[in-house]
Order: sequence, then structure tokens, then C-alpha cells
Amino acid sequence: MKTKLLLSFALLVGLNPLAMAQTSFDAKFQKMMAEGFRAEGIAGLDRIKQDETQKFCSDPKQINTKQGAAKAIEIQKINMASIKQPADGKYIGDWKSGEAIAQSGRGATWTDKADTVNGGGCYNCHEINKKEISYGNIGPSLWNYGKNRGYSQEVLVYTWNRINNSKAYNACSNMPRFGHFNLLTQEQMQDVMALLLDPQSPVNQ
Amino acid sequence: MKLPFHNSMQTHFRLLVKFVVASGILIGATTVFAQSTADEIAKYRQMIADGNPSELYEDAGAELWKKPAGPKNATLEKCNLGLGPGVIKGASAQLPRYFADTNKVQDLESRLITCMSTLQGISAQEIIEAPFQKGLKKDMDALVAYVVTASKDQKIKVSTKHPKEKEAYELGKRAFYFQGGPMDFSCATCHGSEGKRIRLQDLPNLTSQAGAAAGWGSWPAYRVSSGQFWTMGLRLNDCYRQQRFPFPIYGSDLLTAVSMYMAVNANGGTMQTPGLKR
Amino acid sequence: MGDPMRIRAAESNGIVDVKILMKHDMESGQRKDASGKLIPAWFISTVSVKAQGKEVFAANFGSAISKDPFLNFKYKGSKGDKLVVSWVDTKGDKRSDEATVS
Repeated sequence: MKTKLLLSFALLVGLNPLAMAQTSFDAKFQKMMAEGFRAEGIAGLDRIKQDETQKFCSDPKQINTKQGAAKAIEIQKINMASIKQPADGKYIGDWKSGEAIAQSGRGATWTDKADTVNGGGCYNCHEINKKEISYGNIGPSLWNYGKNRGYSQEVLVYTWNRINNSKAYNACSNMPRFGHFNLLTQEQMQDVMALLLDPQSPVNQ
Repeated sequence: MKLPFHNSMQTHFRLLVKFVVASGILIGATTVFAQSTADEIAKYRQMIADGNPSELYEDAGAELWKKPAGPKNATLEKCNLGLGPGVIKGASAQLPRYFADTNKVQDLESRLITCMSTLQGISAQEIIEAPFQKGLKKDMDALVAYVVTASKDQKIKVSTKHPKEKEAYELGKRAFYFQGGPMDFSCATCHGSEGKRIRLQDLPNLTSQAGAAAGWGSWPAYRVSSGQFWTMGLRLNDCYRQQRFPFPIYGSDLLTAVSMYMAVNANGGTMQTPGLKR
Repeated sequence: MGDPMRIRAAESNGIVDVKILMKHDMESGQRKDASGKLIPAWFISTVSVKAQGKEVFAANFGSAISKDPFLNFKYKGSKGDKLVVSWVDTKGDKRSDEATVS
């Protein structure tokens, strides 16, 4: 009788065996990650400290639940709120520089230096200028980006936001948050904007 | 080409064939381009498959296996890779696995570190800290090439019977989906679904049996573009580098777990090691 | 003394198919190191293959020869032929290995 009481008390207090197994597995996982990495070059251990977005998107099962869908909207709001519009109010820079930024996959690895000029690596995932046949397919084609969508203020802001923080629109987008993590400077992002939204850009011919 | 038709039917048939081929080319233009690129790469790989420089590393490894080394001046001939002391044939097709003597799940490189340190007295820490491709890691490259060649064409058969094996798989799975770094990349970002490629480099879907078998089964490999033999440890290291993560510790439980996840997913496939890559 | 080569030679219908893998880093002399200095050229410059003491293959390699090159050629010969494969590189380093035609 006493053991029954003790057991039900334990279950009530949340010491149910399933939860304990989960916490013990969590602990094992955290330990494995903590002991699995060391800092090297510019890549410090802070990089495996997840923010809310990364935590959420690391659990593919959770994403597909009803709570997951609600949480995703919350994550999108948080990301949207952190986006800064260009300080000089300019959205369009130089498309020639934009193409170079899109072609370069440099930066942010432990073999790069703190003063390495980062690239956007855009062609890794996207088709952009049709002349460039070496492109990936992880993201959609951006050929004729401006030509298809027009050059309205709405399109400018939407595209700026996407480049800065794609997770403002899609919580678990595969696209890096170029503005949020300062991977690209404001000027570089203005140049990428030009590649996509300058009517003179080869992308819109 | 001789056709068994009447003369006018022959002409019609030829015209039909020409038309179908022509329209096929127009309709399938972009898919044909991607497909023919993949086909041409496959043809190139077949052409250079005979003469895989991994064989040079294998020869060096075969010598090292029998050479007395380390403070204990011993060979590796008693090294147990899971199928008994000194048994190399088929061993790496069944790794990672649980080992009772170390009471943990180990992959090939982790296990070779164990053998080199316990049998030969070589410092495990020195092996772990050696820069890739140099010194003790150079020896490791040769030993790995030797061992994995002995599993070529073997069926991938990795056990999850032991509770620690099951656990390693689950830990590896979670690590596979773990997003981090300034680009929010996880292994799954690139290797988590079908038909993806970065630039023109196809990416195997390591979450599916077929993709995992293609990926896990073709590394370690000789990389023609850099003229280097890459073990799985180096391949994973460079993955993490490009994910903008910090540096993974060589021989760590993390790398074993990630390897376990891929290997178990690959079960039923065939080891094509040592591979030959661009 | 350079690193060991791998030599495979099989005879069929009087023709011996010889496959050789050589282990050798190659520098064309055009590459620059991290400080901008040219890395001096270093590559296998001559290869000679003798079967039963008679030269059946000779080659002069240029600076474009690939690292760890694979060489494949055929000659008229027999099973049991003793092959000696030798190379010399631009630093004067040498390597010689033997094989028997199967």
C-alpha cells in the first residue's frame, strides 16, 4: 500500500520513467556535444549554443505537430522583429558586386580569418543568372527575380527581409540569416539586392 | 541500320524516329542536361576506377600492420576490429559496433586508436592531436585504407542489438539534426532530403537507406582534386568546418555516433571502399 | 628512395597489359605558397619499364603530370616475364620496383 502511494506520488511529481529516460538521454546528448568539439580559429564553442530558432528546427518531429505549427509562427515573429532596414534607406546597390558576392562561398569557417571578406554563397543553393550553369537546387531559381515580381516598395522590403533573415517568413528555412548573424555587411546585401532587383541586372533580362 | 520493313514504311519509321528524338531533346532539354552531366561523371569515374591511388595507401597500411612499433615494439596483428584478433576481412563493414573491452561503441578510427595505444603503447592523445595527413594521422590513413579494402563488396551489416549500439544510433540521429553556427546548418540541411545538390555536387540523402549506403559505402576515398586519401574522420571534420561549427574532436563519441547513424541507415547496402572522388 | 609502386601485369593472347600506380607528390613549379613565393617544380621526369632486361616502355613526363599517376600500357610478352619499373624525379630521387607477369 505504501509503495503504491509512493509510486503514485512519484508519478504525480513528474518522476515518471519515460520523462526520466528522456532527461537522462538529453543529459547524455549534451555531454556528447560538449565533449565532441573544441574551438578553432574564429569558430568558438558559442557556435553550438543554440538560439530558440535553432533549437526548434533541430527537432523534425516537433515541427510537424499542432504545437509545432504554433511555435513556428512565434519563431517567425521573433526573427521578423529583429530585422533592421538599411540605415541609409537605400535598397539597391551595385549588381556587379552582387554577382561576385553570390559567387563567393568564402568566410566564417575555422580556416578563415576574422578579416576575411565573407561571400553569400548564393549559387551554392540557387540558380540566379542563367549564364551561370554551376548552381545548386536547395533553394528556388531566382532567374528573372525582379522581372517576374516587379520593382515595388513591397517587393524591395520583402526581398531585403528575406536576405537578412529568411526565418522571418519560414521558421525552418534552409537559408542562412545573412543580416542577423552579420555574415554580410549592409553594403553587400544592397549589392545582392541589386543583382536581383536592378532592372539593368543580367538576372532581369 | 537494317529494318525489317517495306521501303516506304522504312522511310516513315526513320522520319518518326528522327521527330521523336528531336522533340525528346527539346522537351527534356534541362533534365537531359542534368542527367547527362551525372552520367558523364559516372563514366569518368568508371574510367579512372582502375588505378585508384588508394591502393598505394593500402600497400603502406599492409606493411604498417605487420611492423613492430611504439614503446611496446609490437605489431597490430592482434588488433581486434570486432571479428576477432587480427581479422580484417569484412571487419569495417560491421563497424561501428560495441566492444566489451572498452565498454563502448567504436568506429574504425576510434578502434584503431585503441589498438595502437594498447598493443603498441602509442599515445592516443598524440594520434588525436596530430594534424590530418601528417605523422601519426598519416599512419592512420594507411591503416584505414588497408582495413577498408578488405571490406570491399561486403554487405553493410551494423548491429543495434546491444543497448549502447541502439543508444549511439539515437544520439547520432539527434546530432545529425542539430542546427548550430552562424548559418544554422545541421547535417540534415544538406543531407536530409532527396535530389539535392550544392552547385553541381550531388548530395546523398543520408536519412534514407539508398542515400546512406551511397555515402557511407563510398568513404574513405581518394580525392582526385586534392590528391589526398580522406578517412571518414577527415570527411566528417571537413563537413563540420563547412557547417561553420567548431572543430570536432577526432575519435570522439560524437563522430562515432554520427557514423553509427549513417552506417545503420546504410544497412543492406554494399561497401565500395576505398572510393574515388572528384 | 621514393615510395613503393603498385604494379599489375597480366598476359593474354601474347599481349601483356601493364598497370602501374606511382606514389609521388607533384609540383608544377607554378604554384605559390602562403607567402607568395613560387613552390619549386618537383615531379617524376623519366619512367622506364624493362621486361626480361629489355626496355619495353620509356617516358619523359612534363610538369603537368598528375600526382600519384596511373600508367597503363601494353607490350608483346609472356607470362612469367620479369618486369622492372623505374622512375627518376627532378630532384634526382629514384624508385625501382619489380613484378612478374601473371
